[in-house]
Amino acid sequence: MTEAEVTNIVIAGLGGQGVVKASDILSQAAFAASLDVKKSEIHGMSQRGGSVSSDVRFGEKVLSPMIPRGSADFLVVMEETQVTPNIHHLKTGGVLITPEHIPYILESENEEEAKRLQRTLNVAMIGVLSCYIDQIRTEHWLAAIENNVPPTYFELNRKIFLLAQAVEQVMARVASAAHKNGGMSIPVRS
Amino acid sequence: MAELAPQLLSGNEAIALASLDAGVTLGVGYPGTPSTEILENLSRIGGPAQWAPNEKVALEVGIGVAYAGGRALVTMKHVGINVAADPLFTVAYTGVSGALVLISADDPGMHSSQNEQDNRRYAVAAGVPMIEPSDSQEAYDFMREAFELSELFNITVLFRLTTRVCHSKSIVRSRPKAPAVPKYERDVKGRVMIPGYARPAHKRMREKLKQIADSKLMDRLTSEYGDPKSRKGIITSGVTFQHVIESSPDARILKLGLTYPLPLERVRDFVNSVDSCLVIEEGDPCLEEAFKLVDIPVLGKPEEFRFGELTVDRVQQIISGDYREAPPTPPGKPPKLCARCPHRVAFSILSRLDCIVAGDIGCYTLGVMAPFEAMDTCVCMGASIGVGLGLRHALPEEEARRVVSVIGDSTFAHTGVNGLVDMAYNPPSTGHLVLILDNETTAMTGTQEHPGTGRKLDHSPTRRMDFEAVCKAVGVDQVHTLDPTEDVQAYEKLIKDSLDSGELVVIIARKPCILTERRIAKAQAEAEAAECLAEQPND
Ligand SMILES: Cc1ncc(C[n+]2csc(CCOP(=O)(O)OP(=O)(O)O)c2C)c(N)n1
Repeated sequence: MTEAEVTNIVIAGLGGQGVVKASDILSQAAFAASLDVKKSEIHGMSQRGGSVSSDVRFGEKVLSPMIPRGSADFLVVMEETQVTPNIHHLKTGGVLITPEHIPYILESENEEEAKRLQRTLNVAMIGVLSCYIDQIRTEHWLAAIENNVPPTYFELNRKIFLLAQAVEQVMARVASAAHKNGGMSIPVRS
Repeated sequence: MAELAPQLLSGNEAIALASLDAGVTLGVGYPGTPSTEILENLSRIGGPAQWAPNEKVALEVGIGVAYAGGRALVTMKHVGINVAADPLFTVAYTGVSGALVLISADDPGMHSSQNEQDNRRYAVAAGVPMIEPSDSQEAYDFMREAFELSELFNITVLFRLTTRVCHSKSIVRSRPKAPAVPKYERDVKGRVMIPGYARPAHKRMREKLKQIADSKLMDRLTSEYGDPKSRKGIITSGVTFQHVIESSPDARILKLGLTYPLPLERVRDFVNSVDSCLVIEEGDPCLEEAFKLVDIPVLGKPEEFRFGELTVDRVQQIISGDYREAPPTPPGKPPKLCARCPHRVAFSILSRLDCIVAGDIGCYTLGVMAPFEAMDTCVCMGASIGVGLGLRHALPEEEARRVVSVIGDSTFAHTGVNGLVDMAYNPPSTGHLVLILDNETTAMTGTQEHPGTGRKLDHSPTRRMDFEAVCKAVGVDQVHTLDPTEDVQAYEKLIKDSLDSGELVVIIARKPCILTERRIAKAQAEAEAAECLAEQPND
């Protein structure tokens, strides 16, 4: 029951961005990976465009459903303005994940297509996060995504998830190589 | 007992599943965060669930089901119990033949409520047992216990959830289904509460509570955790237990699942076996007061921890005695009316006309925010009409003429009608104007149906409450219906003229909520397709 065995993740954004859906995917994937899981969020006003955040905790045994202040290992923020109101969740040395991590992949010159892609932002962010979670295998992630998006959108979400995952892996490798050479900052901030 | 495959469920989902597995005859309630998803889920998994127009009716229907020998689940948010308090206090006397479990979903910290009342007080005041789970597994297990307790002792059980139990997900293992429901039995002396029958009924109720305090159930719902050798004791209940065990695994922890009646002797033994014992509870100091009343020497929390939710951090503060407040966090973005929300028009007009707005509860309460700032009062559901009338009665004429009551459609069906009856019965000398913002749904709590939508909980069609006819029937002089987005100038003129007319006027501004557009369009297409098929000749 030591704290160290629990992974704490806060997902934050604005109503309508799919924060709760992202935390459902994350918690179901962790559950499928045979971990103990708890997640907690505030419903209600989320559809009215206000700030939304969700706490997900998993490990061998999870107690409180809420993440203590300053002890999130990861803070996933879907919108730049929501970094400031949520940064206090992150522990020192924790990883902040923002849409900056996935440049270009949700963009398109076609307006309709761009809108469609924007709606997968939450799954893209989960894709980035997945690079850091060793306990959960890709099959668990994909099963959880399938469970949470309409069947006609699954293929698109699957692609976006895998693409975001690949981009993050490359970026992290580039960053760590650059770091070894003493240049360039790491895109993973704390 | 055989266990079924585990599932990841919210507290509300676990309650729905437990009710289904307990053989619930009917689930009935009124929407209210954080309770709403219980009945929605019950319906989704194939259980019988329906919305009542308000919490009082919901409880009364539940009482009837339980008098008939059935098993009733009644759900509402904490303030709903205020509305249902009248039947609650007397069904506590009559008891039930089947089972009656009443859910009170409390909202410490007021994430989406107008107050943070602690409904543990209701169990004591009404004289009904209260059960409190600390996570989804307990929500499931204790709910099964609640149905059994209710049926065994023929008593109403109050089941208290809090936001963090309702809306947190954790792993649940369910159990096999309960056996079928017993039959109806007539019991006039037990059910008809004239004073002569009510006096012995009150004594029977107190006797039952005593028996429950001594029952085996008490042992099943009371558990000890932590280090059995520790000299530091903590007594707690509900989700607070989870925060306590996380922040203080080395203490001895007594968790109470039944918080009324209390296992006082067990608590006394526990307190005597440690050097000092702290009671850590969210909200009012209910447990602390109950223990101190019978001279059990416990320590409580400082007054400032009565406000808001407890968390691991705040529990740590209570334990360590370091009460310094954490640095404030920058505010997030507040909610606001949707960009295309039809309610917006009304508040622009009321703001321009400088009205005194007796408001009500719903999405439209956001009319209080900039840029509108067009709301002067908001007390409880349905209050807009009564408060508006009171303002009209008391204010000098010039000001009285600026008063308007603004109410939503679900709220009108809930308890607004009562105020309207008074408006016709005791009309203010300046008349009055009621604006019903009818978006044909209960938007605030997630777009639930209500009697005025003509659709049931599962969105299937039923009779529709005719607001216009109701207004006329109670004696309102003028009833107008309009689409608020169609002709804003005409809308504004009608409001302006009505405020000042000296008559009783109701304006029904009807335009569906943008959040339900797609669902309604889909249902309509399906209905039309079905009609088409039905019209096809058989051969
Ligand atoms: C007694 C009580 N029950 C339930 C609630 C939760 N609640 C708040 S507003 C509301 C109804 C809102 O519906 P409506 O009046 O149609 O307005 P809308 O949100 O659609 O604009 C409900 C159910 C409450 N605050 N008080």
